[in-house]
Amino acid sequence: MAGKQDNASTGVVGNVINWIDDRIPMTRVWNMHIAQYPAPKNFNFWYLFGSLAILVLVNQILTGIWLTMSYVPSAEGAFASIEYIMRDVEYGWLLRYMHSTGASAFFVVVYLHMFRGMIYGSYQKPRELLWLFGMLIFLALMAEAFMGYLLPWGQMSFWGAQVIISLFGAIPVIGDDLTQWIRGDYVISGATLNRFFALHVIALPLVLVILVFLHIVALHEVGSNNPDGVDIKRKKGSVAEEDKPKFQFHEYYTNKKDIVDAIPFHPYYTVKDVLGVAGFLIFFCWVVFFAPEMGGFFLEAPNFEAANPLKTPEHIFPVWYFTPFYAILRAIPDKLMGVIAMGASIVLLALLPWLDRGKVRSIRYRSKWHKLNIAQFVVTFIILGWAGATPQTDLSTVLSRITTVTYFMFFVLLFVYSKNEQTKPLPERLTK
Amino acid sequence: MMKKLIIGLFALLPTFAMAAGPSVPLLESNHDLTDNASLQRGAKLFMNYCLGCHQMQYQRYERTFRDIGIPVEIGQETLIFDDSKVGSHIKNSIEIDDAAKWFGAPPPDLTLVARVRGADWIYTYLKSFYVDESRPFGVNNSVFPSVGMPHVLQELQGVPTARFEEVEEHGVKVKKVVEITTDGSGELSTDEYDQAVRDLTNFMAYVGEPTRLKSEALGYKVLGFLVILFILAFFLKKEYWRDVH
Amino acid sequence: MSNAPVDNSRRRFLTIATSVVGGVGAAGAAVPFIASWNPSERAKSAGAPVEVDISKLEPGQLIRVEWRGKPVWVINRTPKMLEQMKAHEGQLRDPQSEEPQQLDSAKNEYRSKRPEIFVAVGICTHLGCSPSFFNGGFGEFVEGTESGFFCPCHGSKFDMAGRVFQAVPAPLNLEIPPYTFIDDTTILVGEEEVA
Repeated sequence: MAGKQDNASTGVVGNVINWIDDRIPMTRVWNMHIAQYPAPKNFNFWYLFGSLAILVLVNQILTGIWLTMSYVPSAEGAFASIEYIMRDVEYGWLLRYMHSTGASAFFVVVYLHMFRGMIYGSYQKPRELLWLFGMLIFLALMAEAFMGYLLPWGQMSFWGAQVIISLFGAIPVIGDDLTQWIRGDYVISGATLNRFFALHVIALPLVLVILVFLHIVALHEVGSNNPDGVDIKRKKGSVAEEDKPKFQFHEYYTNKKDIVDAIPFHPYYTVKDVLGVAGFLIFFCWVVFFAPEMGGFFLEAPNFEAANPLKTPEHIFPVWYFTPFYAILRAIPDKLMGVIAMGASIVLLALLPWLDRGKVRSIRYRSKWHKLNIAQFVVTFIILGWAGATPQTDLSTVLSRITTVTYFMFFVLLFVYSKNEQTKPLPERLTK
Repeated sequence: MMKKLIIGLFALLPTFAMAAGPSVPLLESNHDLTDNASLQRGAKLFMNYCLGCHQMQYQRYERTFRDIGIPVEIGQETLIFDDSKVGSHIKNSIEIDDAAKWFGAPPPDLTLVARVRGADWIYTYLKSFYVDESRPFGVNNSVFPSVGMPHVLQELQGVPTARFEEVEEHGVKVKKVVEITTDGSGELSTDEYDQAVRDLTNFMAYVGEPTRLKSEALGYKVLGFLVILFILAFFLKKEYWRDVH
Repeated sequence: MSNAPVDNSRRRFLTIATSVVGGVGAAGAAVPFIASWNPSERAKSAGAPVEVDISKLEPGQLIRVEWRGKPVWVINRTPKMLEQMKAHEGQLRDPQSEEPQQLDSAKNEYRSKRPEIFVAVGICTHLGCSPSFFNGGFGEFVEGTESGFFCPCHGSKFDMAGRVFQAVPAPLNLEIPPYTFIDDTTILVGEEEVA
């Protein structure tokens, strides 16, 4: 593939390819973005999660379409239709578990993908827009997951949605009217279910796919970062001929820049991603077939009981992927301030490209302070996640308050020390 | 007859709380979904003792018979007590409103009770009824205090009596059930009753997720296949990356 | 493109092996998606055999029962109807019921297990409309025959044994479903033998 030129194929297959290429840039796009796309040669484990996220997205879309074929989006029929899928539809249980496990898997890979961006400084110039598209994907994904969680119409679906929608009530003046408008009723009702269904199966998936497309377009325009955070694209004419890689890259990239330490995405990263996919699927299928409830984290026990507007379950908390942000909300003993803090915790992530004033990207060459700060952020995030999934006790309240402070301190400290940070010297070329 | 197992286990429980909630330590149900004989006995118990009030409105007779190894014709004759078709859901014919009047609340559907509460809870609950004349049905339950359900298995278990102890909890003295014994008037011995309750729990666990065994059987095949794919992909990756390293 | 020595045969083998195994996996993953389109347990349950009580079915009367969502007719044919059927055999496409539109037990003169009791799926073999029953007045369509079925959609005509007339769009006789007489006055539609 690497040696193939545009419009240069022969034979029957070649003729068909030529015919298509004259009408749509198939070979050119294949070469530009796959076969002759220059990727840094030192991608590690952390670089698998982007392609895995696409895999999960495809899984969600396919199983989602199939679930829609048997699901009944009404307050009267939703819960029964889920059990109809689980019992009466052939392999319906598998499609449903693939979808419910996929929802959690999506957040697992996306959180790891975001963490990769944080430790290697992938949000820094010139990848700010790439990071922002990513944050928008994260937001759309949260909305998608939240609305999807209402659809089984179980107790957790109902009361979780009740709590989250009530958050909008914290907004001064318009709050109450706004929550009522979102619900379309005085409580969560069939009207809410129907609009969430429409958004979950059509609107948000469309937005997600478009954002993913833009995310990849932005990535391929600026090129991938790497674990060293050292650019592989150098000024034209600055690289000696013998230092250039032995591979052919698309002229779109080589005309503008000299490229070092790169390999074509295909076949090197396609085979690596296949390995990653196989490894990921082992974990994924283990959950799907053996532990779809995942100890109550992926499917919560109260949600096996149909929604009852007159009876709240004893402990209500969101699914695990929302709990860190939910813990920040709960940590603050003021409704409006809690909502603002929760919103700020996500907005600050989006602002990382501007909060980090450092010039060195990768954690490998940054200061001890930066490493400590990221380490405390990881611990903070995990504790927040635990606190948000725990019934409110003295201990969980104290811990969530402390970690709420340390969560925001991460950004403040980063802003402060990154200006004049003591960094290690960057290598001239990528390391192994 | 002393229910030695219960006593033994209950004696170990330091805080057998009277308050609702998950604070009551539960016994282990030790049910076995692969044990068809147990599932069949459980199905029989359910149809005889539970279906009068509780339904399994999402589960069908025929599939149940098939899954737990009962020939459909025999199931139809011995386990369907009304004129339901074999393909029907497992339902009774009591009116929800009447039921709500009799019991204070309509008896919950039991299709998914094992997934909502867990098998251990069901097992413990069915062994935790005791005589309490202050309650409308003359019985109470230490796992589900003030439960609005009679002790339907009493003819099997005998009349259960609780022994209480005063325990101090959060600075308040409360009466707690420390052991439950029966008068031996039941049809079953202590061990037989435990097994009957285990069978019933097993059946409810099966109905909660009827595809559990099928899922695991398929899961082993899928995982085996993925391991092969992983190994191949590993060598493929290694082979190609010789160009780079 | 590489300077390193490349073992092409090993590379080709691994590529093909991985592709084949991956392809098998993709095909396997497609199974639940495809299988989920089969009739569900609910559809199967709704499609279970239906009992029909014919004790009150008067001569010349038609009753409709639903079996697998389709109208099934049960008609008590009068001796006159049976008699008239013989007259127009020359105008039928398939008077001997050669096409497999019925089980062998109904492949006879009257296309039924008992001459007078006629059971058929009331769906036109053309495009799926349900024909109308004319108990009298059918002479308008077929000379010398008082009763029969006329499909209002495209004008197909059938006689009292559900046999299709020539020169109409419908290609085949009406389908006879499997059925069994449980006793003298009860028919089980959907099953040939009592289990």
